[in-house]
Amino acid sequence: MGQPIRVLLAKVGLDGHDRGVKVVARTLRDAGMDVVYTGLHRTPEEVVRAAVQEDVDILGVSLLSGVQLTVFPKIMRLLAEQQAEDMIVVAGGVMPDEDVEALKALGVAEVMLQDTPPAAIVERLTHLVEARGAR
Amino acid sequence: MRRAFIPSTDLVPRVEKGEPFAVARMISRAEASSSEAREALGALYRKAGRAHVVGVTGVPGSGKSTLVATLVARLRAAGARVAVVAIDPSSPYSGGAILGDRIRMQEHALDEGVFIRSMATHGAMGGMAHACLDVVDILDVAGYDTVLIETVGVGQDEVEVANASDTTVVVSAPGLGDEVQAIKAGILEIADIHVVSKCDRPDSNRTLTDLKMMLKDAPPRDGWRPPVLGLSSLRGEGFEDLMDAMARHREALAGPGGVARRRAIAAFRLRKTAETILIERFRGREQGSVDALAARQQDPYAAASELVRNFTGEKADA
Ligand SMILES: Nc1nc2c(ncn2[C@@H]2O[C@H](COP(=O)(O)OP(=O)(O)OP(=O)(O)O)[C@@H](O)[C@H]2O)c(=O)[nH]1
Ligand SMILES: [Mg+2]
Repeated sequence: MGQPIRVLLAKVGLDGHDRGVKVVARTLRDAGMDVVYTGLHRTPEEVVRAAVQEDVDILGVSLLSGVQLTVFPKIMRLLAEQQAEDMIVVAGGVMPDEDVEALKALGVAEVMLQDTPPAAIVERLTHLVEARGAR
Repeated sequence: MRRAFIPSTDLVPRVEKGEPFAVARMISRAEASSSEAREALGALYRKAGRAHVVGVTGVPGSGKSTLVATLVARLRAAGARVAVVAIDPSSPYSGGAILGDRIRMQEHALDEGVFIRSMATHGAMGGMAHACLDVVDILDVAGYDTVLIETVGVGQDEVEVANASDTTVVVSAPGLGDEVQAIKAGILEIADIHVVSKCDRPDSNRTLTDLKMMLKDAPPRDGWRPPVLGLSSLRGEGFEDLMDAMARHREALAGPGGVARRRAIAAFRLRKTAETILIERFRGREQGSVDALAARQQDPYAAASELVRNFTGEKADA
């Protein structure tokens, strides 16, 4: 048994709902993970600074506002600037298939669409961290 | 892509330069309490000792996070670089935790002079108290002038950590029940500074009076009489007094009272570190006697004595 998996969850953009993220946060906690939650309306800069300070295994960014193709390139660039390019980035929300492909091409490890069952999220994240290795 | 492992000793010079990534990764190593990190953590301990370490504790909902957020702003305005270690309880069921203290710290999210790290009580392998004090050293060496530790004042580890800082601030609040909550929690005695938060509320006067009454005849702590201060994070009032008391207490620690305090903290750390090393070495070894014990064919005293005897009879390795 090693350290708990550390995850940072953030909501980027203007939409004001965090019910979904909070459900995910509780699911991950109940699976034994440590979840840093940063609240609503975060900017990519804020999210990356927080994720670097918290040294999380996984940075999960959720957005519903259709800005994924501007937000994620920025996040990936900022992480690289901070020498944290080995952090696992996961996207959550609603988006068309071609955007999912575009995000994966950017290096986003996984896209969890809104209907992903909680158990599948836990399993997928655990697997990603195992494949990546310890901090 | 598999992660390249950076040796902890390579992180030390980068921590000294204050590189956020290196500071954060070193903190993770302290939490993991791996033997790989011990040489690096030892080096950092010897370099640390410059920062003012302030523990902020109080019962749940007493207003600690809101106070810390405002205090960070005031300390920044006074030119200090500030780090916050925010400790939240882990779920006793899953061992996981939701760490939400950053939500109240949003105004500092882009400030290069502020470093915030969230910790779960069960997140550290060798015990939270032990890891937390290593984390404080890392932030100290990274150049943060003040390190604030926010921890809920319930649970032994949490209280011990607050008590192991240079200055311990105990927060009480009106409206959480009419008696002074800190007594029940057993944290009244560890305060160097008492704060009554939420003093924008009319019932705060009552809390202030009760607390002052309670402390009227309390003996001084290391030659220092803990003041009772009222403040409101909502209105930003009372923070000059708090910062002044923090500075005065730190000055007092430079005197004779401080020697006893520093020795007590050093002894605490030695004990916690030894416990961590011992627990790690014992892990798994108890398996042999567990079945006999569960069947009541063996008793815990005999089994434990034998375990310890086997252990100490071994050649000591480093
Ligand atoms: N009226 C008033 N309310 C306050 C003040 N400071 C905090 N609060 C409120 O008190 C509640 C608890 O505040 P927190 O800062 O989260 O308290 P905490 O002690 O960190 O809580 P835990 O981390 O859950 O133990 C929140 O609803 C705050 O809005 C204040 O100065 N005045
Ligand atoms: Mg809090």
